[in-house]
Amino acid sequence: MKTLDNKRNRLLMATALFLGLGAVPFFAPPFYVVFLNDALIIACLSMSLNLLVGYTGLISFGHAAYFGLGAYACGLLMKSAGLPFGVSLVAAGALGGFGAALAGFFCVRLNRVYFSMLTLAFSLIFWAICFRWNDLTGGDQGLSGIPYPNLTWISQMLGRPDFSSAQSYYLVSLVVVAICIAAMWIIVSSPVGLILRTIRENEQRSTFIGVETRRVKLAIFIVAGTIAGLAGGLFAIFNRGVYPDFMYWTKSAEILIMALFGGIGSFWGPAIGSLTLLLLHQETLALTEYWSFALGIILLVLTLRFPSGLWGLFKRFTNTRRSK
Amino acid sequence: MELPSLSAIGAQAVSGLTTAMLLFLVASGLSLIFGVLRLLNFAHGSFYMLGAYFAWQFNTWLQGSFWLSVLLAAIATGVLGALLERVLFRKFYDRPELMQLLFTYSIVLMVSDVVKYIWGTQQLGVRRPEILSHTFQFGELALPSYNLMIIVISLVIAVGIWLLLQGTRLGKTVRAAAFDREMLSMLGVDVRMLYLLVFSAGCFLAGLAGALVAPMSAIVPGMDADIIISLFIIVVIGGLGSFWGTFLGSIIYGMVFSFGILFIPQFSLFAVALIMAVILIVKPEGLLGRENTR
Repeated sequence: MKTLDNKRNRLLMATALFLGLGAVPFFAPPFYVVFLNDALIIACLSMSLNLLVGYTGLISFGHAAYFGLGAYACGLLMKSAGLPFGVSLVAAGALGGFGAALAGFFCVRLNRVYFSMLTLAFSLIFWAICFRWNDLTGGDQGLSGIPYPNLTWISQMLGRPDFSSAQSYYLVSLVVVAICIAAMWIIVSSPVGLILRTIRENEQRSTFIGVETRRVKLAIFIVAGTIAGLAGGLFAIFNRGVYPDFMYWTKSAEILIMALFGGIGSFWGPAIGSLTLLLLHQETLALTEYWSFALGIILLVLTLRFPSGLWGLFKRFTNTRRSK
Repeated sequence: MELPSLSAIGAQAVSGLTTAMLLFLVASGLSLIFGVLRLLNFAHGSFYMLGAYFAWQFNTWLQGSFWLSVLLAAIATGVLGALLERVLFRKFYDRPELMQLLFTYSIVLMVSDVVKYIWGTQQLGVRRPEILSHTFQFGELALPSYNLMIIVISLVIAVGIWLLLQGTRLGKTVRAAAFDREMLSMLGVDVRMLYLLVFSAGCFLAGLAGALVAPMSAIVPGMDADIIISLFIIVVIGGLGSFWGTFLGSIIYGMVFSFGILFIPQFSLFAVALIMAVILIVKPEGLLGRENTR
């Protein structure tokens, strides 16, 4: 009974969160809406990486590649081919998933540091293609001036004709991100989720009990890549442009840091990490241009003292209170 | 496509070899640190960048005494590496890989901003010494003497390291540490001291390469993030922890890059990344590596 209650509580909380976030553009100034839109997309991205790093123990060092592939797919289809937003977004997810399938097929055969190195190598390949294919992607200049989709139907439906495209688009992102998160939740709380954790704890033993670990690892790699691609598609429109930096290895490192900062041992941790780091980034930039240094310090303290991230800290805090 | 002349090919080969040798100086340290300390050090490129900035700084203070500046820059980088090893890196030797990767990346982030704070974001340059600013002329082929000097110095150092590893007691200890460090400490070797030495030697080499590259290319923030990727490609191609593998990887990288630019300029970045991926897929331990990794 208790687990059932627990499950219902979680579902209620998630719904409340969704509705709360959906209410934001109705009363908050546009500035916050834009910030939250960014945070939503990045949170979704780092949560998708967490499927690999946190749940399966696969340390991918090239996750930004699939984000970037999705971003380029969506941006190009909307800007150059003039396709509708819905189609472009689906294509973004598909290209992210396809790239992940291509890379993952080889990556899942390797272990530990060699897995990380190969994910890095593939991300460099994808990056080099987008960086150098001037005619298609605009090369190092990137792709700018991506149009907003026509979202007047949303503002009309909601009876708020004063909504700007950015405000309507926030609601679109929220729905897409919510669907992605729901999909991830279903995966990790299903028996498959247990298998992922078994692989993380001991891959050899999972093969002993009959799990085809390579196939499972490839499947989750593709899922993570697809969601990263969708996040990239959303981000391309949000940012109104796509640049090769989206795919460079430093971006992959950044996502990994966000996930770790929030806590890779939990489902929501990476989202909390993304939100906190984006906030810190914004506040730090108001004071000083040396954000990298600040992030370096945060990361150093994190790796030295709090490897379980913000979520772990929170857990420890609540646990000690309960035991008193 | 127009076929390039013989002298263009020769010039490209020398330029590729120069790149290869400079990269080898840095990569050999990275590979040695991985082999002995079992640490994949993202911050290795930062030491290379620091070497270049130190060289500029000493060169300014000493008013153009080039050789002394290079030597001092390399030593300063080695000393800084030793300090960081004692204070921070040491704490991470037995931690999970993810923590190691992210810790070394935190050093990358901090060093990049410290460099911007001290030296600014504008390009800096170091002038070549007078004696090495001319070119050798072989028929149509013009070879800058500075490049030839780098190739010679690096080759000497490469052979020097190899002799040190093969022929001396210290070298044997280092190789033994790569093989089985627990056994080594049981045999009474001070493993902590050995790690300090290996780490700081790696930093010294990175700093030396950074200082030597200073007169050839602009010193800018961001050279750390770019070189670390080249280094990873090299050590993966050759074999992580393998000395001659790193050498071979550097040559392959330098040549592919250099001739790639001659034939299909858009292709070279893609090509080296592809080689890295193919090696990892076919022979993950690298061309000359031995360890079983599957």
